This record gives sequence, structure tokens and C-alpha cells, in this order.
Amino acid sequence: MDTQPSLPLAPAWSWRLPRPHAWGVVALLVALLVASPLLAVLGIALHPEDDIWAHLVSTVLAGYVATTVLLALGVGAGVLVIGVGTAWLITMCTFPGRRLFSWALLLPLAMPTYLAAYAYTELLEYAGPLQALLRQTFGWQTKSAYWFPEIRSLGGAMTFMTLVLYPYVYLLARAAFLAQSASLLEVGRSLGRGPWRCFFTLALPLARPAIVVGLALALMETLNDFGTVDFFAVQTFTVGIYRVWFGMNNAPGAAQLATLLMAFVLLLVALERLARQRQRYHHTSARVQSAPLFRLRGAAAGGALLACALPIALGFAVPAGLLASYALDVRPGPGSAALPSTVGNSLGVSLLAALACVGVGTLLAYAVRLRPTAFVHAASRVASVGYAVPGSVLAVGVMIPAARLDNALDALLRQTLGISTGLLLSGTVAALVFAYTARFLALGFGTMEAGLVKITPNMDHAARSLGCTAGRVLRRVHVPLLRGSLLTAGLLVFVDAMKELPMTLILRPFNFTTLATHVYEYASAERFRLAAPAALAIVASGLIPVILLSRGIAQSRVERVPQAGLTESNQEAIPLRDSLHK
Amino acid sequence: MTIEVLRHTVSHGLRASALLLALAAVLSWDGATAQAAEEVNIYSLRQPFLIEPILQEFTRRTGIRTNVVHAPQGLVERIRQEGRNSPADVLLTVDIGRLHDAAEAGVLQPVRTPTLEANIPAPYRHPQGLWYALTFRARVIFASKDRVKPEELDTYEGLTAPRWKGRICTRSSQHDYNIALLASLIAHHGETAAEQWARGLLANLARKPQGNDRAQVKAIKEGECDIALVNTYYMGAMLEDAEQRAWAEAVYLYFPNQGGRGAHVNVSGAGITRSAPHKANAVKLLEFLSSALAQQLYAEHNFEYPVNPDVPWSPLVASWGRFKPDTLPLVEIATHREAALRMFDRVNFP
Repeated sequence: MDTQPSLPLAPAWSWRLPRPHAWGVVALLVALLVASPLLAVLGIALHPEDDIWAHLVSTVLAGYVATTVLLALGVGAGVLVIGVGTAWLITMCTFPGRRLFSWALLLPLAMPTYLAAYAYTELLEYAGPLQALLRQTFGWQTKSAYWFPEIRSLGGAMTFMTLVLYPYVYLLARAAFLAQSASLLEVGRSLGRGPWRCFFTLALPLARPAIVVGLALALMETLNDFGTVDFFAVQTFTVGIYRVWFGMNNAPGAAQLATLLMAFVLLLVALERLARQRQRYHHTSARVQSAPLFRLRGAAAGGALLACALPIALGFAVPAGLLASYALDVRPGPGSAALPSTVGNSLGVSLLAALACVGVGTLLAYAVRLRPTAFVHAASRVASVGYAVPGSVLAVGVMIPAARLDNALDALLRQTLGISTGLLLSGTVAALVFAYTARFLALGFGTMEAGLVKITPNMDHAARSLGCTAGRVLRRVHVPLLRGSLLTAGLLVFVDAMKELPMTLILRPFNFTTLATHVYEYASAERFRLAAPAALAIVASGLIPVILLSRGIAQSRVERVPQAGLTESNQEAIPLRDSLHK
Repeated sequence: MTIEVLRHTVSHGLRASALLLALAAVLSWDGATAQAAEEVNIYSLRQPFLIEPILQEFTRRTGIRTNVVHAPQGLVERIRQEGRNSPADVLLTVDIGRLHDAAEAGVLQPVRTPTLEANIPAPYRHPQGLWYALTFRARVIFASKDRVKPEELDTYEGLTAPRWKGRICTRSSQHDYNIALLASLIAHHGETAAEQWARGLLANLARKPQGNDRAQVKAIKEGECDIALVNTYYMGAMLEDAEQRAWAEAVYLYFPNQGGRGAHVNVSGAGITRSAPHKANAVKLLEFLSSALAQQLYAEHNFEYPVNPDVPWSPLVASWGRFKPDTLPLVEIATHREAALRMFDRVNFP
């Protein structure tokens, strides 16, 4: 057993206090539970029926991989430029509308990718109003008379995914920039570096862990997406997985593809970690005043305004406006009577998912901090990779452990007591919440980990030396310090859970509809307009969390205060978390 | 000290029981299922609004409540995993390939009753009664009234002719309906000829396959293409929709291969699951769905063809004319399904 404690032993080391390694064990068990659907998928992959690879390799596989890589690169570059760029402008500069933009830039988070895709297709396709207007204006008769970009294409998927996914990067980059010490940049400036060099050599590297978390979230959502790419007829890896599983009815083949996708994501995460292994990101500055804002004037102010307004308009205002205009036309029909209970279901399940993800995410992130062994690290990474797995595949993965547990319990009680319990977990809201946790843990864990990293371990040491147990340190020190992160994590999960579709469809209880399934049922019949009220409700219910989120970041400046008061030298003296597990 | 311990225990106990209560609430929270005495549970791969009026009629007549889970895929897997405790009684789906797969996966049980066999002709049911088709539909050519004369159309095979270059629309090759169509061509002509057909069709497309069947008709209306492969009932569904009516009115429906083997048909159907806890009710539901009344509702609401030969077609469906359906056994199509999918992959048909 690894006995090296990561933190000095507290003096009050008594029978009722959980030892640090107990945290490791609990974290491992929880990680295992959350990862069980992924392990189930792995299990299916290990039992091949007939070999799908020869066929895939000789036909479509190269296309799937190329399309997926291009999509990921395009979306990755797009969300980085928009997310980091706007975050930096908002944090460092002042220009007209800045205060409004600072929260409005998060609005596209409330817009499900598939809704943006539907809305833009309605607007921009050949039959849509824009092209019709162009034809009318210029007298073009046919499709071949002029050129217009094909909306349902790889480029379209890239564009619209970027427009709704950049807020992940914006959110985390802004929080990171805000938390950066003003004095650091002042030092940079006083040493003669210009604003651009300061940005690229100081601010950006320091914000890297947070930006990477945001980028990873955006990319994982890109990889797991089926609705949008299917609608745009873009053949990604995920489309391939669906085709093999539900078309060719070859579950092991599809599970192998899904495993490959997971391995790829884990590899990327590991490579990024490796690249910044030796770097530390704890804040040590005692200075709390914010950096002076750079006043932009004239063309620069106009440019900044446009740079912030465009993503909001394209990622939110245009699609939401279209939905609203459709919703106004919809007369109450047969489906609208059930809408209140549908809203209730959506809100309830999303809330439970948010609580579960924040709880598990905090536990895992703290366990990693306490016991940064390779094992705990790996377990928490694997548990969070569900975010990159296509929803339907993960849904089947969720069924397996849930049904096994149910049936084992049932069989046991039938044998011993002669009673049948039936399925206790499968087909219930609890199974659905479990599935959401397996999927969205990355949001809870990533946000909490990014938050914890910023708190210097000296805080833990001080509290422990005063007799606090590890649990008490978490409760009394970290949780109050990380209120903002907890809120961010919970709200991110909530907003995402409101949009979740494929797992809900497959795993839901009888007669159970959410807003997303309601929209799907109409949209899949090309009756999107009838679903507009429900679609608008998804967006609207995402708005409140988004506004809370932006308030949360604004308060993060306050959060920084108690972290202060430590000098460079005493930080050096203490082994830091990353150096321990080497 | 003892009081401390006691207080500690009580507060922990309270917390634990609150947690347990919350868990129990979550476990029993579902979509407003009242504890009805009689019910039947349906896993449906069909869209609920297509079957809802018929299920309501069933409940009205029998007092048996229907509970539905709808998902476009993954429900066969769910029945398999839930095993002998699965609550599902009936699996409802479209496409012969999916009925066949469910039967192959072993999640259905054989059921034979005189009523079912009287209502549903033998070609439309599984020999042992694992599944029963409830409706059939043809996959036909929808053509622009303005730009295509009926004389120009003939067969599915004819769609690869050079005169259709850049004029055809279809949905993705991923979709069951296109897979079944290609499977029927494999069954009739063999793999080589079918693959040539798939290549020829791809070469004649006006645009990358996208959207569903209705979207193809919209594309014809807007002039993006002139003909499309579409299932018959969409004509009726579009005529009922205020926005889509204009799309439907821009096209007419053409049954191909009438001089030869007939138009390609596919079915929707249902089977009773192996573990059905309400088997008697499930049988009642299937018998109801095959009865003249339900078949007529299907015909009128969904514009599908009733499998029950005693039931008249709805006036609109009848207005499209009688047609000769392909008599190839349905199972034959299902067995070529995977070959068809692989073929679409080989020719790079999106």
C-alpha cells in the first residue's frame, strides 16, 4: 500500500476521523460505479460476434475518422478564438456594452446544438427565406443559377457547433483571467512587454488549465453529438457507431468503435496533462485589487463590440428569435396539455443530475487532491470520459449494470424469501439520474478540479495542523472558498441535462416526457414548428442558470481573497500535488 | 457524553431516513402512471402521435390502460437487458428488418390466436407468431407535377438512367426504408446488379442525402430536384399539415414496376415480448390492432394500407389507385438487410 501521505498528518488523528486513504478508497468505489456503464460497453466490445473491422476499414472508416478530426479541429479552433478572445476583452478592456456582454456571452449555452441546427437550416436552406429572397431579388430560377454554401455540411456543423459551444471556453477562461493577479500583469508591463506579449506569455499560459477544461468539454460534446451531425448528414465517428449498432445490429462492433473513441479522448487528456506536468498554478499573490481596465476608443471599441455581439447574435438571438416567432404561431394542440408535467419532469431530473454530478465531482476532485496516486487519477479520468461517448451507446451501457443489479436482487429474494422485487432501478428516474451522472460527471469533476487547483495546499496544511480532519477541511475551507465553482458545476450540468435527448429516450419510465423528447418527437416528423413552444421552454429554462453563472464568475474576485497571504518561499517548501505521484 | 452519542445517532438516523425517503420518491417517480388494475406496457419504436388515437380507442373499449416508452432505437436491447423482469408486454415497430432482428434477438414469444390469423394474412405474419404486421406501405416515386410526365417514369431500376442525372432526392442510406429497398433489389437481382444500381442512383442525386421523406418532397416543390423516393403515407400526412400542403400539391405519386414484380412494400408491426407480465392484455391489444376498427383508424389517420383484407382503404389512399405490390416474402428482405447496409458503405452512399 502506498503510505506516503500527501498532506502532513493532523494531530487529531483518531478513530472517528476518516484517514486520507479512506477518501481514496471511497473515491475509487464511486468512480467505479459511475464508470460502470463505460466498463459495460467495454465488456460488450470484448465479445465480438463477427468481425466488422475488415468491412469498415475497406469502406467508411477513413472517412469517419477524417470527418471527425476535421470537425473537432474546426470546432476546437473556433471555440478557442471566440471563447478566449471575448473573455480577454471583457476582463481587460472597457468598451460600450461590456457589462451586458459579460453575461450575455453565455447565452448560447442555453441553446441545444440540435435546435440551432434546425433553426439555421430553416433560415438558410434552399427553401428558406434568405435564399428565396436572393432568388427573388436577382431573378435566379434554379439552384444551379447561383452559389450558396450548403448548410447541411461539415462546414455548417462546424460553424453552428462552434457558435453554441464556445461559452464553455469563455466561462472558464474568464474565471481564470479574473482570478489572475493584477500585479502579475503589472510586472509584465513594467518589464516592457506590450499587451499582446503579456497576454501570450503570461495570461494565456496561466489560464491554460481552465481553458483546456473548457476546450475539452466543447470537444467532447462535439464528439458525442449525433442529432446535429445526423441532421446535417455529416458522417462522423459517432454516426458510424450508430450505423454499426442499430443498423447492422452489431453491438460488439459498435462497442469497439466507442471504446476507441473513449481511448482517443483519454489519450488527448493525458497528453495535455503530460505537456504541463511540471507547471504549477496556485495563486500566491496578496494583492486583490483588479487590474485597471484598458479603455478602448473609436475603431478599437467598435471592433470589441462587434467581436462580442456577433457570437451572441448568431449563437443565441437568431435561433431563439426564430423559435419565438414559430411559437407565436402555434395554437394549443393535443400535445400542449401535457406540457406542464413535461416541464416539471425536465426541471426535476436536471436538478437531481446537477446535485449528483456536483457531489460526485467534488468527492473525486478532493480525493485526487488528497491522494494523488496514479490509480485515483486514472479512475477519475475514466469516470469522466462518459461525456465523449454517444448518448445511445452510454444508455445501453447504463442498462447493463442497472438490470444486472435488479435481476440479481430479484433472483436472491425469490430464492430466499419467495418474493419478487422486479426491477427496482431499471426504467426509473433514478436510473435516468444515474445515466446523467455517468454522462455529465466531466462537467462537475472538471469544474471542481479546476477550482481546487487554484487553492494552495497551504490552506489544507494550516487547517489540518489546527486539528481538522480531511472531511472538515473540505467542508469548512474548500466548500466556502469554492462556492462559485460549485455553483458553476451545478448550473453547467443542469443546463446540459435540460438538453439531453438520446439517453432520456431509451431509458425513461413509461409515459415520461421531457422538453427535449417532446421537441424530438415533432422535429423527427418534420413538424418542428409545432415543437417551438417546448423548444423555447428549453432555452428559457437555461437562461436563469446562465445568468446565475455569470453572477457566479463576477463574485469569483471575492473568492480570491482568502487565498492570499502566502509567500513564494513557503509554497516551495511543501510538496505539491502534481509532483507527488511521479 | 451518552447524550452526545444519542443525539449524534438520532441526527444521523434522521438524515439517513430522509435520504431513503428521497430515494424512494425518485424510484417511484414516473410519467404519471396511476395504479390501474388493467394495463399493458408498450415499447414503441414508432412515434407516439401516430398510434395515440388508436391506443385511446383501445382503452375506451377495454378499460385497459396503455403505458408507452418511445425511442427510435435501443428498446430491443432494453428488453434483453431487463430480462425476465422486463415490464414490456408489446414491442411496436416499423420496418421488417427491425421485426426480424427482434425475433432473432429472442425477445419475442410465439403467440397464435384464431382472431389474429383470421385478421392478418399469412404473408404478413411470422410463421410461429413471433410478430404480426399491422399495416403496409409502399416506397414509391414522388414526381414534380410541373417537370415530370408520368410516361418518363417506369421502374426503380430506371432511376439510374442518365436522364435523371442531378434530378433525384432521397433521405440518407442509413434509414431503414432505403436499406429495405436496396435489400429487395439484392433479393431480385443479386449483389452485383444491386451494387451497380446503388452507384447509379448515387450518381444521379441532386444533392447529398439529407432530411426525412417529407424534406424530399419539399425539395421537389422548391425545385431542388424533380423526383424522390418517398413512402406513400407521407402524401396524406403532408396534405393534412397547413405548411406542408403546398409541398404535397406540387407532386404526384407513381407506383414503379407495375409492369413487372410490383412496388416495394414494407410494414409496421408488433410482437409480444417473451417476459410479458400482462400477456392476456397484450394479446387483446394485438387482436384489437388487427381488427377492422383499428385497421380503419390506421388507414384514416396514418394513410397506411391495412393488412386486414376486409378493411377498405381510406378515400385519399384509394385515390392514389390500386397497385401491384412486390410479392417477395418480407423475411427475404430482412435477411439481405446487412448486405444492403454494407453495400451502401462500399459505394460511399451517405
